[in-house]
Amino acid sequence: MSLIDGRTGAWEIVIGLEVHAQVISEAKLFSGAPTAFGAEPNTQVSLVDAAMPGMLPVINAHCIAQAVRTGLGLDAEINRVSVFDRKNYFYADLPQGYQISQYKQPIVGRGTIAIELPSGETRSIGITRLHLEQDAGKSLHDQHPSLTYVDLNRSGVALMEIVSEPDIRSADEAAAYLGKLRSILRYLGTCDGNMEEGSLRCDVNLSVRRPGGALGTRCEIKNVNSIRFVRQAIEYEARRQVEVIENGGTIEQETRLFDSAKGVTRSMRSKEHAHDYRYFPDPDLLPLKLAEDFIETIRRTLPELPDAKKRRFVSAFGLGAYDADVLVAEKETAAYFEAVVDARDGTPRRDPKIAANWVTGELFGRLNEARLDIARSPVAAPALGGLIALIADGTISGRIAKDVFALMFETGKDAAAIVAERGLKQVTDTAAIEAEIDKVLAANADKLAEYRSGKDKLFGFFVGQVMKATQGKANPGAVNDILRKKLAG
Amino acid sequence: MTTLTDLTIAEARDGLARGAFSAVELAEAHIAAIEKARALNAFITETPARARADAAASDARRRAGTPGPLDGIPLAIKDLFCTEGVLTTAASRILDGFRPTYESTITAQLHAAGGVMMGKTNLDEFAMGSSNETSHYGPVENPWRRTGDNRPLVPGGSSGGSAAAVAGRLALGATGTDTGGSIRQPAAFCGIVGIKPTYGRCSRWGIVAFASSLDQAGPMTRSVRDAAIMLGAMSGFDAKDSTSADMPVPDFEAALTGDIRGLRVGIPKEYQVDGMSAEIRNLWDDGIAWMKAAGAIPVEVSLPHTRYALPTYYIIAPAEASSNLARYDGVRYGLRVDGETLDQMYENTRGAGFGREVRRRILIGTYVLSAGYYDAYYIKAQRVRALIARDFTEAFKSVDLLLTPTAPSDAFAQGDKSNDPIAMYLNDVFTVPASLAGLPAMSVPAGLSSAGLPLGLHLIGRAFDEETVLRAAGVLERAAGFTARPASRD
Repeated sequence: MSLIDGRTGAWEIVIGLEVHAQVISEAKLFSGAPTAFGAEPNTQVSLVDAAMPGMLPVINAHCIAQAVRTGLGLDAEINRVSVFDRKNYFYADLPQGYQISQYKQPIVGRGTIAIELPSGETRSIGITRLHLEQDAGKSLHDQHPSLTYVDLNRSGVALMEIVSEPDIRSADEAAAYLGKLRSILRYLGTCDGNMEEGSLRCDVNLSVRRPGGALGTRCEIKNVNSIRFVRQAIEYEARRQVEVIENGGTIEQETRLFDSAKGVTRSMRSKEHAHDYRYFPDPDLLPLKLAEDFIETIRRTLPELPDAKKRRFVSAFGLGAYDADVLVAEKETAAYFEAVVDARDGTPRRDPKIAANWVTGELFGRLNEARLDIARSPVAAPALGGLIALIADGTISGRIAKDVFALMFETGKDAAAIVAERGLKQVTDTAAIEAEIDKVLAANADKLAEYRSGKDKLFGFFVGQVMKATQGKANPGAVNDILRKKLAG
Repeated sequence: MTTLTDLTIAEARDGLARGAFSAVELAEAHIAAIEKARALNAFITETPARARADAAASDARRRAGTPGPLDGIPLAIKDLFCTEGVLTTAASRILDGFRPTYESTITAQLHAAGGVMMGKTNLDEFAMGSSNETSHYGPVENPWRRTGDNRPLVPGGSSGGSAAAVAGRLALGATGTDTGGSIRQPAAFCGIVGIKPTYGRCSRWGIVAFASSLDQAGPMTRSVRDAAIMLGAMSGFDAKDSTSADMPVPDFEAALTGDIRGLRVGIPKEYQVDGMSAEIRNLWDDGIAWMKAAGAIPVEVSLPHTRYALPTYYIIAPAEASSNLARYDGVRYGLRVDGETLDQMYENTRGAGFGREVRRRILIGTYVLSAGYYDAYYIKAQRVRALIARDFTEAFKSVDLLLTPTAPSDAFAQGDKSNDPIAMYLNDVFTVPASLAGLPAMSVPAGLSSAGLPLGLHLIGRAFDEETVLRAAGVLERAAGFTARPASRD
C-alpha cells in the first residue's frame, strides 16, 4: 500500500478497474459480420449490426467459448446459466437504441489475478465478474464542419467487460494488474491486448479514505487507454480528491474523462444525460445455458499461463524470479526463450540461465534499438540457441559471441556460418598460444623486466597484447594460465 | 371469373391442379377485386405487377410438374413483414419510404411454396391496436355492416387489413401477426379463421418487432383447412431466430380428421367475465353443445390468474416495445426530422413519426422499466406471467383443449372506442392469456350477432399441439355451418 501525504494526514487510495477486452473472433457477438480492424468505414456491417427492422441477434458460440476460456484462465466461477440484458440508451452510434449486455447474471463470476509489484511483493486482486456485451459503433466528429459521421464496423463486436474488486491500492498495483490481465488474455488467445487499437480499454474507479477507514465516494474515470495513462490518471485523480476533501469539499459520485494530452481528469456528467438504462432481459435471446462438457473441453485446451510458466522457469530452469517475470510477461518472449533453451524430456539443451541473459540482455537491447518486437527478430530462437552452443563447446568465447550476435542480427545468418566465414574460431591449441606469448614477451622485453620487478598491473597489458595478436580468438583461460607461468619465468 | 375470388385455398389448389383455371387468371380476378374494394383501405401497398409475375412463374412451375403446396394462391401480406424491394411500413410514418433489402423468413417460405403476393395489408401502427384505427395510412373498414346500419365498422386489429382482405375476397389467405390477439380478434370481427401458433413455431426473423416475447405470425383464411395448409408453409425452425423452436412440422391438414370423440374440452370458468353479453354467452354454449355432440367431453376448469392477464400484458408488451422501437431514431432509415442537436433530431423524428397509441405504449413501457418502478411493474408482471402459464399447464393435465369466446363483442363502429384506451384494451381479454403462455390459439367463425355481424369461438391448445386445435376447429366450423358473408358493396 502506498499512501498519499495530505495536509491533514495520510490517505489511502482504493481502486477498482473495469477493463473492456475485445474478444478475438472472426465474427461479431450476435451477427456473422467480420471484425477485422482498420477496414473502410461501414464495410463490416450486417443487417443486425445496423438494427434494421425485424433483425434478430443470434449468439456466436465462439465468443461464448472465448469468455469461458478467459473465466477459466482467471480461475473464476463459470456460471452455467447467464442472461443477456438490454441496456437502453440513445446514441447515434448505437443502432438498436440498446446495447446487449449481461447485467444480473454474467457468464463468469468471481476470480483472482496475482500481481507482482516492483518491490517483489505479490498481491492477489479479486475479479468480481466478467460479462459479454456488444461494442457500439464509432461517431466521427471531425469529418465535416457540422455533421457527425457514424462508422458501424465496430457495432456488435464482442467485448468482455472484466470488473475487479476494489482491491487495488496504488498506481503501481493498477499498472501491474492491467499488465498481468493483458498478459493472461494474450496467453489465452482471447484478446490481442492491443491498447492502441482499442482492443483493450480501461475505466478506473477511484476513491480515497483514511488508511483502513470507511470507503470514500468514488469517481469513474473513462477512456484511460494505456498502462502509462492509468498511472497518470490515478495519480492525478487521487491528488484531486484529497485536495477537494482537505479543502472542506465533498467528492460527488460522477463520471470523469481522462485527458491524455493534459494528464488530467475532468467531469463529463451533464444532468440531462443522467442515464436510466432500463436493463431488462433481452426477449430475443433465451438464457444461455452451458453444458459441462462444453466447459471441460475448453478447460482441457487451456495453455500454461504466466504464473505457472514462471514457477516452472524458476524450479526447472533455476532462473531468478525477476528474470522469470520478465520472460513470461509476453507470451511471445516466453515462447522464444523456450525455443532457445530447447528442453527435450525436461532436459534443456542450452543452459537456461545463459539463455535468459542473452534474451533479456543482447536480444532485448538490439530489438529495442531496432524498434522491433520479438516476433520479428532477425535472430530466430534456434539461431540464438546455436550461438549459445558454440560458446558452450568452446568454439568461440563469450566476447567474440557478442560480435557474432551483432552480425547475426544484421545479416540474419546463423552463428556457425559467421564464425566460419570470418575465421572467428577460438584458438585453444596451447602450443599456438605459447608461441604467440613468446613473441609478445620478446617484443616487450622492457615491460617484462618491469613486471618481474614487481609491476603486477602489467599482466593485463600482456593479455591484451596476446589477444590483439590472435584477433581475440585465443581462449582467454588458456592465455591467462600460460602467460602467468611464462611471466613467473 | 368473379367466383374465383370466392374459392377457398383448398378449392383453388384443386382447380389449379385440374387446370380449371390458371394462376394468372386467379391473380387477375383478385387484382380486379382489390381495385374495386379500395374503399376498405385494406392494403397499404398493392403489388399487382409482382402478383402477375408470381402467378406466371407459378403456371410455369405447374407446367413443369413441380408445383409447391401454395402454388398460385393469392396471398395478402401484413405490412409488418419485411419484403425485399417492397415498401414496408408497419403502418407508421416513421418507416416512411423504407424498402428492405431482405425478405422475412415467413414471406420467403410462402414464396417458396408458390404463394402469389397481392400486396401489403394495413394494420394498427406497429401492430398496436385492436381496431386498425391507429394506422398512419388511415383506418381499415370491416367489409361487414350491421343489419340496417351503414356506419363503417372496424375490422379489429392489429391485423385488420389482412382480415378485411380475406373476408372481402381480396385474397384467399393472408399473413397476420398476433401479440395479444391481433390475428384472432380481427378474424372474429370479420368472420374468418385465424390461428396464432405456438410461440416459436414460426420464425420472427424479418417481422417488425412489437413485443418479442409475444409476437407470433400465423395465417388468416376462410376455412380451417386453409389455415392448416397455410400454417404448414409458414412453420419451421429458423436458425436466424433464437426463439424459434427446433421441432418437426407436422402435416397440419392431415390432422383434420373430424374425429374429436373422447377429447376433453376445458371450459374455463374465469372467462365468464362480468358484463358478458347474452349473445356471446349463447355462442359459447352453442360451441360447447357442438363439441359434445361430436363426442367430446366438456369439463369446467379453472385458470385462477386470468383476471391479471390483461394488466400483465399491458406491462410486458409496452416494456418490450419501448426498447424494440428505440431503433427508429432517424439516423439510418425511414423518417428523419432534423434538429439543432442529436437529441432534438430524435425528439422531432420520433414525435412526428410515431402516432398517439405508439407514443402512449413507449411511455408506459419506459415507465415500467425505469429505476424504482422496475420491480413493482416489470418483475411483478413476469411473475404473474409465469403463474398464468402455470394455470394452463395445470388445466392441460385434465383437458386436451380449452374453448372460450374470441372477443367480448362483435365489431364496433369506427371511432367508438378510439378515445378510450381501456375499453379498447378489453377487446383482448380472452386472447391475451394464451399469448402470455405462448400457446396455440385459434378463432373460428361460429355465428352472427343480433346486429348480423360475425362472432368467433376461440380454442386454446397445448404448446406445439396445433393439430388438436385445428381438428377441433374443423368440427366447430362444420357444426356452426357459418356461410354468411359480408354484403357486396359495389
